[in-house]
Amino acid sequence: MSQFLQQVINGLSLGSIYALIALGYTMVYGILKLINFAHSEVFMVGAYTGFYTAGALGIEGMEQRGAAFPLYLALVVLMVAMGASALLGVLIERLAYRPVRSAPRLTPLITAIGVSLLLQNLGMLVFTPNPRRYPPIIKEVRFELGGVIVTNVKLTIFVVTLALMLGLWYLVQRTWTGRAMRAVSVNLDAAKLMGIDTGRTISATFAIGSALAAAGGILFGLDQITINPLMGTLTGLKAFVAAVLGGIGNIPGAVVGGLLIGLAEQLVAGYVSPDYRDAITFVILIVILILRPEGILGVVRQEKV
Amino acid sequence: MAAPDRLTTKDWLIRVAISTAVVAGIWGIGQGVQVGLIEYVQRIVLLCGINIILAVGLNLINGTTGQFSIGHAGFMAVGAYATAFCGVKLAPAVTAALGTGAIADGVVFNAALLVGALLAGVAGLAVGVPSLRLKGDYLAIVTLGFGEIIRLLFNNTKALGSATGYFGDNPAGLPPYTSFFWVYVWVVVVVLIVRNITFSQSGRSLIAIREDEIAAEAMATPTTRLKVTAFTVSAATAGIAGGLFAHMQSGIRPEDFKFEKSIDMIVMIIIGGLGSISGAVIGGIFLAVTLELMRDLQEYRLVLYALLLVVIMIVRPEGLLGTRELSPSMFKKKAGAK
Repeated sequence: MSQFLQQVINGLSLGSIYALIALGYTMVYGILKLINFAHSEVFMVGAYTGFYTAGALGIEGMEQRGAAFPLYLALVVLMVAMGASALLGVLIERLAYRPVRSAPRLTPLITAIGVSLLLQNLGMLVFTPNPRRYPPIIKEVRFELGGVIVTNVKLTIFVVTLALMLGLWYLVQRTWTGRAMRAVSVNLDAAKLMGIDTGRTISATFAIGSALAAAGGILFGLDQITINPLMGTLTGLKAFVAAVLGGIGNIPGAVVGGLLIGLAEQLVAGYVSPDYRDAITFVILIVILILRPEGILGVVRQEKV
Repeated sequence: MAAPDRLTTKDWLIRVAISTAVVAGIWGIGQGVQVGLIEYVQRIVLLCGINIILAVGLNLINGTTGQFSIGHAGFMAVGAYATAFCGVKLAPAVTAALGTGAIADGVVFNAALLVGALLAGVAGLAVGVPSLRLKGDYLAIVTLGFGEIIRLLFNNTKALGSATGYFGDNPAGLPPYTSFFWVYVWVVVVVLIVRNITFSQSGRSLIAIREDEIAAEAMATPTTRLKVTAFTVSAATAGIAGGLFAHMQSGIRPEDFKFEKSIDMIVMIIIGGLGSISGAVIGGIFLAVTLELMRDLQEYRLVLYALLLVVIMIVRPEGLLGTRELSPSMFKKKAGAK
């Protein structure tokens, strides 16, 4: 039983990270009907920005002295990474996606794949392909609760994810930008006619999604200890599957999907075989697309001729 | 292109003569290539042929039918593993019957390639039936998922060498069956099959599905059946390319068939023009040659490659030829317009 609970906790913390990334996929898809393949690289860049920012703030010295990295500096790292990724997301949209927005739907899709490859290979060039040990922005403290080992890193993941999601909920439901985003996702042209600055709204969507991915990147680094320039590929795919599972374009759906994918992965790794932890995601994807293509919380949209 | 209903003996003779001439021609060029070119260039020439098969086959589903698959590396893997495995298991029986030599090798290789194509086709059918009910982006993602699952299965199959790869029973690795002759014979076969499908009535239905699936369905086009058929054929051709690719080297590894391989195939057909067979041929050759030429640039190579993809999409999304075919009449028309 305690082993099961352990898997559940690990699964939920991994799932929270997937959920954070999935939000970016789902928001962009909701507005542009585009699978933003480059999102997984924004996540990677976010993790690396965190890595270098922590380095610049002198985390190595503190580690050698045995001092813990102060919490306010950890927040600075998070903010810098989120800001840098948001900027990157907006740039990608402006430079690559906007010129092809009115082209047939395959063109943006291929463009997105291209941007993803580009960033991945630039990452290999700039960050070098070697895996890096992620600096302990949060110093790990373990404690046991009824046979289940919980670390403060896992708790941090839950807290940060929850806080960001509440913030997102507020932004989408209670602000004008959020209202504009929802309007654009229902109908871009109609939103434009109602005087919404669609270009700015789309940029805002990319910025928010990318910032969340950066947070996911830092949490991923903390959780998995090492990062490398290809870390985004598989994680991004899983997050995308999470978005599809929850119902693409649906914000709460992305969260549900992310948590479910994280849980499924951990349970398969724990009880079946670690070799199949990556395969289960794709099995889930295929099953959901065949049985319920609109996802768990999605709505069926009638195709009009 | 109205084909005659019944072929006379004369027509048959002409066809046999042309086929023989083509095969002899390929054999002759193959001899020339073997003598005249250094091994490194020969390898690029073989890669060009394999790329042509991949591109032309993928183009049938992605270009002509407009159903976007981004997981074809999976089918290539099925073909590669099946061909290599069957070849290794078949070889003793065939050499017992025919002795060693080029003929026995040819029989083993082609029988194995056919098995590879068949299994890749079956895999295509298995993937196509459920996923072609989906449209656009979803289909792309499902094919990607299937491609990854296929790779992970090979990665975890002990009999096929798991992650280290499959090198056959011989310590020297897989036999080097892949020659200029066989690669280009298969290029001709695949291009002819795809061409005949594209310009048949079914081909026009496929194009109708690409242009407007709902309208095609309203015109009583059996959309699902045609899509699945096109997908299966496309997967089988990827399997052949995989088999040819496998016997070019001592062994095959699951990582040879990663997502990047699918991307390579897509880039080929995009460069040439989605929906154009001659475009796919050009794209296949272009990619093999360019990637080799850029090898000196080391790590910048893939950056430039990705950048090229994005720039093509922004500047000329229809590729070099668009959906047109390269033919003498195309130049005539241009000359006439001037």
